[in-house]
Amino acid sequence: MSQNRRAILTTMLFGILGIALIALAIGDMLIGTTDVPLTDVWASLTGGATSEEYRTIVTTLRLPKVIVAIIAGMALSTSGLLMQTLFRNPLAGPYVLGISSGASLGVALFTLATPLAAMWAGTPMAALGTAGMAWIGSAVVLVAVMALSRRIKNISVILILGMMLGSTISAVVGILQYIGTEESLKAFVVWTMGSLSNVTIDNLYVMLPMTITGLLLAIAVIKPLDMLLLGESYARTMGLRVTLSRSLIFLSTTLLAGTITAFCGPIGFIGLAIPHLARMTFRTASHRILMPATMLWGAVAMLLCCVVTDIVARNGVMLPVNTITSLLGIPIIIFVVLRNRNSK
Amino acid sequence: MIELRDITLSFGSRTLLRGASTRFTRGSMVALLGRNGTGKSTLLRAIASLGAVQGGEIRINDINVASMSSSQLARVIAFVNTERIDVEALTAHDLVAIGRAPYTDWMGRLKAADEEAIRRAMRIAGIDHLRDRNVTTLSDGECQRVMIARALSQDTDVILLDEPTAFLDLPNRYELCTLLRRLAHDEGKCIIFSTHELDIALSLADSIALIDTPMLRHMPTEEMILSGDIERLFDSHYISFDAASRAIRLHRE
Repeated sequence: MSQNRRAILTTMLFGILGIALIALAIGDMLIGTTDVPLTDVWASLTGGATSEEYRTIVTTLRLPKVIVAIIAGMALSTSGLLMQTLFRNPLAGPYVLGISSGASLGVALFTLATPLAAMWAGTPMAALGTAGMAWIGSAVVLVAVMALSRRIKNISVILILGMMLGSTISAVVGILQYIGTEESLKAFVVWTMGSLSNVTIDNLYVMLPMTITGLLLAIAVIKPLDMLLLGESYARTMGLRVTLSRSLIFLSTTLLAGTITAFCGPIGFIGLAIPHLARMTFRTASHRILMPATMLWGAVAMLLCCVVTDIVARNGVMLPVNTITSLLGIPIIIFVVLRNRNSK
Repeated sequence: MIELRDITLSFGSRTLLRGASTRFTRGSMVALLGRNGTGKSTLLRAIASLGAVQGGEIRINDINVASMSSSQLARVIAFVNTERIDVEALTAHDLVAIGRAPYTDWMGRLKAADEEAIRRAMRIAGIDHLRDRNVTTLSDGECQRVMIARALSQDTDVILLDEPTAFLDLPNRYELCTLLRRLAHDEGKCIIFSTHELDIALSLADSIALIDTPMLRHMPTEEMILSGDIERLFDSHYISFDAASRAIRLHRE
């Protein structure tokens, strides 16, 4: 394939994904327990004439949800890409390495074991507290996994330990559920199922700046990530300041995975599967293309999951978004595992 | 070019080299020999500033490597190890392009001059035809050539290679070392490679650096053959090596 043809293909793919993103975003605005006609969605967004009911649905429910879906998809898949490159492991991701579990523990400690969540309920402090604890939780697990990966070079061992760590944390969270009050327990259980629609406008004020910071940090390490594809020794001899780059990647991952987990619950498999989808479709490992491709694919995939849950919801069944992301992500992962095995 | 000044090198509590001094010059290919665990990799890593020396200093173009910044160093020394790079969807071209990192902007965008350097590196390494191949589909020999092209695209005076011939079959080993020799002689690079292939080292290298713990003996290949040091170090109960004829002799029971 010539360089030109490759460039054209890349541009076309970005175009298609861009169109898909817009179409799905609009679709997500239209579909729900109450269907809103396209003209009324437009009128609500631009301040035109429509009924108050439609306007409320669109501006306070649907629009935040679409925004949340887009940033959650971008953030989770980007954090997955960062981890796959950093750990040089195609099966790394925030969920499998226990980073999401770490965030869960943080949130569980906050909502179940302290009276703060109830005290601050409905205030911006609750959002900040949840997010803060999720960051701490995911950062602690990430530090642990990184420390282990320095000693243990065998990647499967790291993955198994990550899963063990995740299971241990789940057990601790299970114990915490007995301590919590009935009300906090209910809130927590709902949270664990993962939802994009529980994010209020107040939460968005915390969630948006944090994820955008994480995404900008990820963009800033595009070149270091390319160098790290060859491993640390090579990266160092090509002039990379490895410690600084690792710290930035670490910070970005924590912000991205931690923030989204805090507000949307643990959403599985997007982080692991989407970077592969981007690699397979764009046929590149260069982060200059792979990073935006992953972000775009992440947003599209998350919106798609949203639309699917909406369609199911019209028939009166409320599915947690987690189930849909798993159903979508797991086949991709199985495909990757089988293909990796064949190429060896 | 490269000067070792009275260096002491150790691995953990084990001393590998003590008071080693020598010079490696431009335009020559040096084979670094030594038994397993004598510190060939550790020495190469120290020269590349990936590890520290415990005493003395390593100077490149008369500057102590310990005082050079990593980006300065990246323009002088390129490093190649045996590790196989298996990254999904990474093409040979893109891998070689990563070698341009010391010269590109914050995002790693390639300018026309970079593309030219990549093309040239791939041509010299003889991998033009692999340009768009995925690195996971390459044979070990092809893969090692791609890694050498990456080092070439880094455009440095020095290339250090840690056992570049490991995992290669006999023709590939000779081809690879002939390529390295050509790079040293035609491009004026200083090439140091560690190896266990005594026959290749003795027939192709300009000089031999031999780790004779805790000393480093470095002399032109012919002199090294005559010195008898190689026979002495690589002798065992079962075999002996005849440097002059490059033959291995098995001892009869």
